[in-house]
Amino acid sequence: MPSIIKRNKALSVSPLKSSQTIGAALAFLGFRQAIPMLHGSQGCSAFGKVFFVRHFREPIPLQTTAMDQVTTIMGSENSVVEGLKTIAQKNSPALIGVPSTGLSETQGSDVDMAVREFRQKYPEFNAIPVVAVSTPDYNGCLETGFAKAVDAMIKVLVPEAHAANTQPGTQEKQVNVLVNPSLTPGDLEELTEMIEAFDLHPVVIPNLSDSLDGHLDEKDFSPLTTGGTEVSSLLTVGNATATLVIGASLNTAADSLFKQTGVSDYRFNHLMGLEAIDHFIHTLHQISGKAVPQKLERQRAQLQDAMLDGHFMLGMARIAIAADADLLVALSQMLAGVGAETVVAVAPVNAPVLQDMPVDAVKIGDLEDLEQMATVAGAEVLITNSHGVESAERLGIPLLRAGFPQYDVLGGYQKTWIGYRGTRQTLFDVANILLTLEKGEIAPYHSVYAQKPEYGGVDASTQTPATRVQPH
Amino acid sequence: MKQKDIAALLDEPACSHNQKAKSGCAKPKPGATAGGCAFDGAQIALLPIADVAHIVHGSIACAGSSWDNRGTRSSGSRLFRVGMTTDLTEQDVIMGRGEKRLFHSIKQAVETYQPAAVFVYNTCVPALVGDDIEAVCKAAAERWNTPVVPVDAAGFYGTKNLGNRIAGESMVKYVCGTREPDQLPESTMREGIKVHDVAMIGEYNIAGELWHVLPLLDELGLRVLCTLSGDARFREVQTMHRSEVNMMVCSKAMINVARKLQEAFETPWFEGSFYGVGDVSRALRDFAKAIDDPDLIQRTEALITREEAKINEKLAPWREKLRGKRVLLYTGGVKSWSVIAALQDLGMDVVATGTKKSTEEDKARIRALMGEDAMMLEDGNPRKLIDMVREKNVDVLIAGGRNMYTALKARIPFLDINQERDFGYAGYEGMVELARQLTLTIDSPVWSAVRQPAPWQVSKQASIAA
Repeated sequence: MPSIIKRNKALSVSPLKSSQTIGAALAFLGFRQAIPMLHGSQGCSAFGKVFFVRHFREPIPLQTTAMDQVTTIMGSENSVVEGLKTIAQKNSPALIGVPSTGLSETQGSDVDMAVREFRQKYPEFNAIPVVAVSTPDYNGCLETGFAKAVDAMIKVLVPEAHAANTQPGTQEKQVNVLVNPSLTPGDLEELTEMIEAFDLHPVVIPNLSDSLDGHLDEKDFSPLTTGGTEVSSLLTVGNATATLVIGASLNTAADSLFKQTGVSDYRFNHLMGLEAIDHFIHTLHQISGKAVPQKLERQRAQLQDAMLDGHFMLGMARIAIAADADLLVALSQMLAGVGAETVVAVAPVNAPVLQDMPVDAVKIGDLEDLEQMATVAGAEVLITNSHGVESAERLGIPLLRAGFPQYDVLGGYQKTWIGYRGTRQTLFDVANILLTLEKGEIAPYHSVYAQKPEYGGVDASTQTPATRVQPH
Repeated sequence: MKQKDIAALLDEPACSHNQKAKSGCAKPKPGATAGGCAFDGAQIALLPIADVAHIVHGSIACAGSSWDNRGTRSSGSRLFRVGMTTDLTEQDVIMGRGEKRLFHSIKQAVETYQPAAVFVYNTCVPALVGDDIEAVCKAAAERWNTPVVPVDAAGFYGTKNLGNRIAGESMVKYVCGTREPDQLPESTMREGIKVHDVAMIGEYNIAGELWHVLPLLDELGLRVLCTLSGDARFREVQTMHRSEVNMMVCSKAMINVARKLQEAFETPWFEGSFYGVGDVSRALRDFAKAIDDPDLIQRTEALITREEAKINEKLAPWREKLRGKRVLLYTGGVKSWSVIAALQDLGMDVVATGTKKSTEEDKARIRALMGEDAMMLEDGNPRKLIDMVREKNVDVLIAGGRNMYTALKARIPFLDINQERDFGYAGYEGMVELARQLTLTIDSPVWSAVRQPAPWQVSKQASIAA
């Protein structure tokens, strides 16, 4: 078990952490016709919006309660009520999420009370679900905020089995899939395909692959998300055969879903690397009772082949990774599976799952920590978000972008990391990066006696022709 | 920051906006507000000062979502690109340990990075808890012998615009006038040319566009003591008070700086823009006129004649391509008119412009450029913008990056004009880039590709029709 090295400096430099608040916003963006409204000052939303716009290269629906001086001092519940009314009236969304911020939490704003007040004051909007979630940014990180929002949605929107008259297994082909934010829209497409290959019907919660996968709609404008999980589908998740949970950060949410519905769940820390995917595919096989399709067998064989081809480059490669806990564990374990070593591991906050890391120590810190430790450890490749560009440059080693945000590349949001295919491609990517390092090259030796003019010792133009010794 | 200090900042006598009910900017409406907060504005205004350690005092959201995301460029120090935050934890908030953490953070920044100065940006949580950042900065400056400047711009104080002013206020209060300019080096002396000191306010060197203008000023013998704040260094900001004339570039946001420098040091200032051939020339003339050096005026005219001839030749083929194209401009404040001139210069037809953040004076300029019945858009929600584009047969929408993907989803050619952009449009040379970028999007083959239905849908429609 790795030791966890806590934060030991006052100033965070080149932060790795993104806030819980925007993590929660992201979870709401995975629902169709939804919009998050951050309860804080308008900058909280403006920054969050730019953050996701630059990452996904998509318009991002995100509103704010726009707390100002007066509401900050005198109480801001009314801003929540008015904000909800304005959005409900203007856009008739299928879901409004209300993540709190450091500001509203420090103030002590009672969002639940505000939502109740909104219901009393504007009963005409009773059909529009509102989910509030406490996500102050002085705790947690993007991953925990996302998980908290998923949990809150389950608690508010998934009815208890006896109330909704649902029963596990009634819809025998349906599986619920809770997914963490380390899964890209590209990953979610791969995940859906794997599940459908067993003739199962996945309800992905939340489904960013339908809302933020970068597709051109016929409609020219929408103030709300244009895709994602149907909010109404949460009413019947209790009829599913099973729940699949991807990411340890979702454990609490998974507990809540089980408690509400009684549907048994299968939990996976991640879906990268042969072992993890095998376990997942085997589970799908057991749940569905269907044979593993030939296509997946083939993909598995392809991955195995790639592992063989790549292990020459990947074996003993020294990798430094900085990411939220779930992604950090996934990447390290996948790389360990081909003999690569995670020599530096940095997470923005601690999480129980870090105990599964195949390393001696995990640092809770920032990219400055990553940089310093990578220098000491002699890391050869850096894996982190786009902010790592400067660090990689200073370290003089290549960077593979993973996690949030990725603002300096196209399609980072769509890259597929999981499944046999995604893992194979990731291994190719890392191996190719390692090939550019030309490891094992032996520096040419210049003999002092050498007669090679390009060494500079000999002046070829002035050399005198020698008398040729005639062979006998 | 106290309510009355904020009120004082909002009451800007030099701003013509001041007379209207809209003064100080309207209260934001919950659920229907776009745009950044005061902290955002303060960062935009000051972050380009490259050799300063910019510490964001607060919980992670403020710095975590925003560090190193600006389009500004530095010709040297990259310290400003290192994100620094006290990253307050729940314990810090509850136990009131924010000030202590800040104090140690300043020490850490000074020891690790030896910055020319430290700027401390206050944010919502510590402002609400009541951290006295001014006192901490003062104590830290004394202790570590480095200037430490508080910028008290918590988000809930107000809008981005207010943040700009708070930032400017901090510079005037704590930095300007704390150092005399360097002696001019011998090597820069030229026979018969008297060097004059000038400064710019509100120029952020987006994508390095200041470097299109600087060579011209060098040639004229105008030493730019400081730009607030594009590619600036702390020691340059310290000398701003010695400027003979200040140019307020494309931003009313820091008008308070121009006014206060005038009050304190009698520095005259003028407002100008480096977008468009005509405006660049006008700005150069205004410098010469304000300095009132006959030789400079003469040399300026000669330079303008030479540069205009050169650039007009370069722009000729682009003007061919862009002539008569219809533009909808949706951007803030001064850009609402300064960019119009640049576009008209390219022969384009500006059908409407956004005026949400424009002053009465800006609007007067718009009318002068576009005629009395110029169409002005007060409220530019995306739906309205798209409808306007369709209605007016617009060829390209020019707006901030935030609207970019909205435009693309509606299949509308788009040009980003705000601070996150990757291309510099200022100066004579910048016009070529502007023309290139406009042509690149307007004439792109992708528009017809994304507007056409798939072939099977065409045949389906045809078969239905038949």
